[in-house]
Amino acid sequence: MNATLLIARRELGAYLRSMTGYVIAAAVLIINGLLFNAFALGGPDKLSAEVLSLFFYFSSGTTIIASVFISMRLLAEERQTGTLVLLTSSPVHDWEIVLGKFLSAFAFLAIITLATVYMPALIFVNGKISFGHLVAGYLGLLLLGSATLAIGTFGSALARTQVLAAIFSGCMVVALIVCWLLAKVTERPLQDVFVAMALHGKHFPPFQSGTVHLRDVVYYLVVTYVALFSATRVMEARRWR
Amino acid sequence: MPPMIEVKGLTKYYGEHAAIHDLNFAIDQGEVIGFLGLNGAGKTTTLKVLGCVLLPTAGQVTVDGIDIARDPHEIRRRIGFLPDTPPLYSDMTVGRYLTFAAELRGVPGTEAGKAVAEAEEKTATREVHGELISSLSHGYRQRVGVAQALVHKPKLLILDEPTSGLDPVQIVEMRQTIHLLKGDHTILLSSHILSEISQTCDRLLVIQHGEIVAQGSEQDLASRLGGGGTIEVEVAGPSARAIEIARAVAGIGAGTVLRESDGVALISLQGNPDLRPQVARALVQGGIDLLRIDRGAARLESIFLKLTAEAPQ
Repeated sequence: MNATLLIARRELGAYLRSMTGYVIAAAVLIINGLLFNAFALGGPDKLSAEVLSLFFYFSSGTTIIASVFISMRLLAEERQTGTLVLLTSSPVHDWEIVLGKFLSAFAFLAIITLATVYMPALIFVNGKISFGHLVAGYLGLLLLGSATLAIGTFGSALARTQVLAAIFSGCMVVALIVCWLLAKVTERPLQDVFVAMALHGKHFPPFQSGTVHLRDVVYYLVVTYVALFSATRVMEARRWR
Repeated sequence: MPPMIEVKGLTKYYGEHAAIHDLNFAIDQGEVIGFLGLNGAGKTTTLKVLGCVLLPTAGQVTVDGIDIARDPHEIRRRIGFLPDTPPLYSDMTVGRYLTFAAELRGVPGTEAGKAVAEAEEKTATREVHGELISSLSHGYRQRVGVAQALVHKPKLLILDEPTSGLDPVQIVEMRQTIHLLKGDHTILLSSHILSEISQTCDRLLVIQHGEIVAQGSEQDLASRLGGGGTIEVEVAGPSARAIEIARAVAGIGAGTVLRESDGVALISLQGNPDLRPQVARALVQGGIDLLRIDRGAARLESIFLKLTAEAPQ
């Protein structure tokens, strides 16, 4: 097995053996369930597609928050406990360490995200929604999660403690979300820049309503790549310090 | 055969501060080297550079003939590194952790089980194979740390403070472990426990303020700093008379009474241990009852104190 998968398997095991992992999973499922029941199902009568769209809207919020908490431990905890030396003194490239860590966090987030499938299933059984809408929504959640986790991995590479990592990542994620609001109060060409950078407001709603645009997929993949690349460079730079 | 480690002009800066400056030394294959220095002297930084965890600011380091700057990956395959805090995942069992470490260092999955069993055998950790690392005592944690360093059978073992925080029994066990590893690996270890270094290592490197201030065997250093070593004599009779007679022998310097009770004195004489026959003859001819004469034990503590006191600031 190559080093990336070895690291990813160990990390995923660590999530599944730790109380923190289960607390995050439980919190996401409870909050998603409550929001779904109160706001998606509740209120005036809606079309099934609207209910599903609302479900994805609320899930995107919990996915972003969960991603920050899932990723905060990735490298900062290893540095805090001194275990990072095991990886950095082994014949493993820094990018393999970063990618392995990211993949484990992504797998864990995917498990949590897919555990919410019972809610759309309820709509599917009792209402009328397209399978494509369901797949597009979950693809959007996973892409959004991937981008946020990558930013979190970058934050974790920068910080010495998990709390700092969460603060760094939270600030970066909020900055990208706020781009959407800034776009509303600025004029072109700056407005176009903010719109293009907006993590949620611009790129997630199409997935939410069952549409997959290549530009949105590319956006989330680019954010993921840039954040992981930056995390790798931080790891490499630490060897010089 | 190239030296296992060859260091030329190694320098490492943290910002404006030089943690180590212009280090030069070589270690041959199979040697056991003790790395001595006060806190902050630069031991850990040097070991981290040799362990390919940190990159040097300047200088050349080769491990087994491979330049650290050109192929750190290949060097990492050949070294086992135990940092001052063992890098242990407390949520894993010892067996799983060592398997992970072995596979990470390139041991194929099919052979990892055997490699882990051998490492556990050498470090006496077989009995805790299935236990969670979080439940282990400090001594076992330290030994599991050594096991992870040697699980892939590296040529070079770098152990930073392997006896740190251990009780006397655990120190003896760790010493036995290191003795077992002699011959199979070149070992570079640092320790604050001077007796530990004295009993385990073939040669010493003393570092102070980021520079190597002395290197050689304990006896070499003792001779160099003590003006030719010491001779210990145990005599029945007045110590002052014995010292006076011994000092009449050419090459014997000052004498110090180490212990005197019930008419028996233990005296340390400055001088080359090769002068023992002449000293013995002189004492017997001078009417002193000689009970024992021996090469003076090199006092590592005093060597260390002298070296660190004399080192440039």
